[in-house]
Amino acid sequence: MKPSSILGSIDLSKLEDDIVEVVFAVLAGFAISGLLMAAGGFDPIRAYVSLFKSAFGDLYGVSTTLSFATPLMLTGAAFAVSVRAGVFNIGAEGQVYMAALGAVIVASLSLPSGLYLIAEFLFGVLLAITWASIAGFLKSQRGVNEVVSTIMLNWTGFWIVEYGRTYVYFDPAEPQRTIKIPEAGRLPLLVPGTELYAGIIISLVATVIVYVIMWHTALGYEIRATGLNPIAARYGGVEVRRSMLYSFIIAGSLAGLAGVMEVAGRPPHYAITTGLSNLVGLGFDGLAVSLIGRNHPLAIIPAAIFVGALTAGSRGMQIESGVPLEMVKAVQGIIILILAVPGLVKMLKQWRGKK
Amino acid sequence: MIDAQAIVNILIQTSYAATPLLLAAVGEIIGERAGIVNIGLEGIMLISGFASIVFAYMFQSPFAGVVAGVLIGGVIGLLHALITAYLKGDHVISGIGINLFASGFVPYGVEAVWGVRGYFTIPASLKVPRIPGTDLSPIFLVSLILALGSYWVLFKTPYGLILRACGEEPRAAESTGVKIELTQALASTITGLFTGLAGAFLAIDWLSSITKNLPAGRGFISLAIVNFANWNPLLGIVGSYLFGFFWVLIGWLKLTPLKEMIPLPLMETIPYIATLAVTAGVIGRARPPRFTGRPYRRE
Repeated sequence: MKPSSILGSIDLSKLEDDIVEVVFAVLAGFAISGLLMAAGGFDPIRAYVSLFKSAFGDLYGVSTTLSFATPLMLTGAAFAVSVRAGVFNIGAEGQVYMAALGAVIVASLSLPSGLYLIAEFLFGVLLAITWASIAGFLKSQRGVNEVVSTIMLNWTGFWIVEYGRTYVYFDPAEPQRTIKIPEAGRLPLLVPGTELYAGIIISLVATVIVYVIMWHTALGYEIRATGLNPIAARYGGVEVRRSMLYSFIIAGSLAGLAGVMEVAGRPPHYAITTGLSNLVGLGFDGLAVSLIGRNHPLAIIPAAIFVGALTAGSRGMQIESGVPLEMVKAVQGIIILILAVPGLVKMLKQWRGKK
Repeated sequence: MIDAQAIVNILIQTSYAATPLLLAAVGEIIGERAGIVNIGLEGIMLISGFASIVFAYMFQSPFAGVVAGVLIGGVIGLLHALITAYLKGDHVISGIGINLFASGFVPYGVEAVWGVRGYFTIPASLKVPRIPGTDLSPIFLVSLILALGSYWVLFKTPYGLILRACGEEPRAAESTGVKIELTQALASTITGLFTGLAGAFLAIDWLSSITKNLPAGRGFISLAIVNFANWNPLLGIVGSYLFGFFWVLIGWLKLTPLKEMIPLPLMETIPYIATLAVTAGVIGRARPPRFTGRPYRRE
């Protein structure tokens, strides 16, 4: 078997172009943001050095980077599956909230201690799939634009989980957060004294499973055919509506895993915090991860580590150089604007040819 | 129980809540009618809101602020057209990029310009003045005029026909000599200008402050209103005022005994669930322009 056929969509001749494009976009993102920092009176070199030192400088930095990458792989893969199905399902954000609430609800029950972890995952992911299915159903049955429906579901989910946090599952000892997940219901730490927990193994396995489903099963083939050309797919015997619905369900279960793991795995809270602050953004950051990974599950793994590093390093950057940590979002935005342009490599070559 | 003054207050508040939604929705309707989908409305509002405060300060004039906000919005709309109409990039991805960039750039800008974290309020002297003798904003009137004018241009003039042809049947339009990309770039710039005015309205008129959450989802609600309105600016007025009213209603319900019965966070879900329900309910008759959101490529 040729390597290109094992890797599915990764056509090796195109792979090189993809890598060049992503690297170019990333460098341009840093360069343009650097100019903005300089214009605002900050030192971009110092900012980037402190960013990467905090993200990769020592074992703690690397662990933090990987722990931030853990949920992003899942929400990135969730968006990638949707894009491959031809739908822009940006509902991972709300599905993460709902799954985290599911885990906390399980934690509030009295169960045999061996059951907590599995019950958290089952119930949390189930809630996330339910949330995703609403958008999937509205899309496939009623033709409702999924961007609109998932945004509304994200906000609805936010306030439902806020309700759960403040009215039902609050911790009497610390009412600004929910009750904690009991010790028996937590994922173990991989590196003691850091935030790196066993969830990263689940994320890696899940991402690889998504790859296998998408490129080595009939379901994945049908989902991708739907995304490439729904009319042709229908003539080819693909149930287009069903494929779309499945893409929502797969995306929902991935986002659900991310939500459960964020409360059942990441220290130190093991709870939902004020304003869902430990959950907000996990779904939306997945969009950037997926786009930087060119919507391919295997490429999403390094892309998640990259965005995880930006997130992990941003605090160090703010402390050492004074540049607000949100600036790493501007870097990602520029990268995505550049990646939105198709055939970038061709244009770059033409431009070099002209010189 | 409910007196006339309370009703007048609710109506005035609704005019404030609806104005930014209407501006962005009508702008987006023009863009989508020409074939350009821009889900970066949220980001444009945020950047324009920031720019309007910066320039209002610089020139000590709210008018300069409004102009700057509108123009910056237009520039972003043009950039979006460059990526989507000319370079044939994906419309949704470009919009995601705009939103992400805005969410990082504006908190950075607030800190870089004023040296404060996250929140900046302007003095009353830099606020857009009210229409004399009323509690209404002049931008409220402008938004209605723009909506009515957009309807008239889109459906009653040859320019509108050309613009709509780009979103429905670009190939046919091109065969009659229409410059597709140019028309789309113009429409996308108008989307940006209108949405920029919405951002300026939020920052130096209604809320008179800037935070990274300035648009608070209004850009996305506007996208929903575009669907609800079946890409028609007149129905856009109906949709914007309906959703604006929901928001005001919640604020009002929070002050009534009802708040003892329904917890506040659950009340907050009402506009979103209503948007979803209405969109799902009316979508049967709504039909997007056939070619909207798809890069136009010649064979």
